[in-house]
Amino acid sequence: MADVIDIRGLALTYERDGRRTEVLRGLDLAIQPGEFVAIVGESGVGKSTLLRVLIGLAQPSAGTVEVRPSPDRRESRLPPMALVFQDSRLLPWRRVAANVGFGLEWRGVPAAERRQRAQAMLDLVRLGDLGSRWPHQLSGGQRQRVSLARALAEEPDVLLMDEPFSALDSLTREDLQDELLRIRQETGRTVLFVTHDIDEAVYLADRVIVLTGRPAGIGAEIRVDAPQPRNRRDPRLAETARALRAELSQRSAEL
Amino acid sequence: MTRLRRTVLAALGLGLFLLVWEALPRFGLLNAALVPPPSAIPAALASEIRSGVWLAAVLSSLSHYATGLLVGSLLGVALGTASGMFRLVEDLTAWIVRLIRPIPGLAWVPFAIIWFGVEPAAAVFIIAIGVFWIVFFATQGAIRGVDRDLVEVAEAFGFRSARARLVKILLPAATPGIMVGLRTALGQAWMAVVAAEIFGVPGVGQRMMQASSLLATDIVLVYMLTMAALYGLIDSAFVAAQNWLLRWRT
Repeated sequence: MADVIDIRGLALTYERDGRRTEVLRGLDLAIQPGEFVAIVGESGVGKSTLLRVLIGLAQPSAGTVEVRPSPDRRESRLPPMALVFQDSRLLPWRRVAANVGFGLEWRGVPAAERRQRAQAMLDLVRLGDLGSRWPHQLSGGQRQRVSLARALAEEPDVLLMDEPFSALDSLTREDLQDELLRIRQETGRTVLFVTHDIDEAVYLADRVIVLTGRPAGIGAEIRVDAPQPRNRRDPRLAETARALRAELSQRSAEL
Repeated sequence: MTRLRRTVLAALGLGLFLLVWEALPRFGLLNAALVPPPSAIPAALASEIRSGVWLAAVLSSLSHYATGLLVGSLLGVALGTASGMFRLVEDLTAWIVRLIRPIPGLAWVPFAIIWFGVEPAAAVFIIAIGVFWIVFFATQGAIRGVDRDLVEVAEAFGFRSARARLVKILLPAATPGIMVGLRTALGQAWMAVVAAEIFGVPGVGQRMMQASSLLATDIVLVYMLTMAALYGLIDSAFVAAQNWLLRWRT
C-alpha cells in the first residue's frame, strides 16, 4: 500500500543567540495508512520537534515531507494532519463544543454542520453530554479527551499526538490509552504518537521507532507483534519493551 | 453571622458619621453656610429636580462621559492591540509614548478650548485622553501577555493570518486584562468630567461651580453625592457585564 507520509532526509537546525543547534538530521520515515506508529526517545531528543515540523509549526532546514491523502480525500480541503498537544490547550473562553469545532472554522464549515460534527466527535470520546461546559469545569482526563475530539474533527490523514497522556495520573492514562485504541479501531485513523513511556508505546503501537543521538535520527525500529485488542499483561509486550529498553540504553551509552 | 455583623457595623459607622456631620453645624461648631448639614440635602435636591436643572446637568455630563469613554477606549484598544501585536509599532511609538504619556489630562485644557471652544467636544476630548492612556497600556500588556501556547494552537489548526490570530486568540485571551483597564478608566473618566466641565461646558461640574460662586453649598453637595451615586451605579453595571463576559473563568 502507498505510504500516507513519506519523510526523507529531514533535518532541522535552529538558531538561538547566534548558536546553531542541529536537532534532527537525515531522518527517513514512511508510514502506511491505518498504521499506529509510536516514537520514543529521551526527553529533549527532538520527538516533539518532528511533530512540530509535520504540523507546520517549525520549518525543516533540509529534506522533504510528502503527504499522500487517500484518493477519496484528494478533492477535499481537509488538512493532512491534526495535533493533540501534551497539555490539552483548550481555549478557556470557548465552551467544550466550540473548542471541538475550532479547527473547522477556518475552512468555512457552516455553523450548523460544525455543531453536528463537534457533537459526533464528543460522542466518540464519550463526552456527549458535556458540550456546553467550560473547559475549567472538566477534569484533566476529560480535557484531554476534548483535545482529542478537536483533532479528530479535522478528519486528518494522520493524527499526531505529542505525549498526550503524560500529564495524567496512571489510572486515567490507562483509561485513555484504551479509549484511543477503541477510537482508532472505529475510525481507522493513522496515528503518529510521541511518548517517552516505553510501555505505553509498546501497548499502543504497531511499530515503535527509537529516536536517538544529537542531532537525532532513527536509532532502531521494532515491530510489535501482539494482535489487537491487546492485553497489558501479554508477555509479548513485555518482551518487546525489554528489547526496546536494551536498545535505548545501548544507544545512549554510545553517545 | 459575621456577614450580618459586618453589615450592621458598616451601617452603624455611616449613621455615626452622618450624626456628627449633622451636629457640628447645628450646634454652631461649624458655619452652616460653609458646611451644610446632611438634613439640608433632600430639600436642595428636590428644588434642583423641580427646576429641571438637575436632569439637564446629569444628562449632559453623562453624554460627555459616555462619548469620551467610548472614543478613548476604542482608540486605546486599537492602538494598544497594534503595539502589543507588532514589535515594529511598539518600537516606533516607544519614545512618542514616553514624551506624551506624562502630560496630565488637565494640561490639555488650554488646547481643548482653543481647538473645540467651550463646547461638549472639549470635555469629551479631555475625558478621552485620560481614558486612552489607561486602556492603551492595559491592552498592550494584556495582548503581549497572551500565552504563546494558545497562539500555537491556532496556528496548528490553520489560523495563520494576523487577523485570525487577533480575532480567534489574542482578543478573547486579552479580554480580562482589557476589562481591568476599562474599569479603572471608568473611574478616571468620571473625575475628568468634573474637571472638564468646571471650565464652563454645561454639566454637573459647571453647575457645581455656579452654585459655589453663590455660596449655595447645599447644592454643591447635591451634585457631589449625585456623582457618587451615578459612579456606583455605572461601576456595578460594569462589574455585572464583566462577570458575564468572563464567565468562562474559574
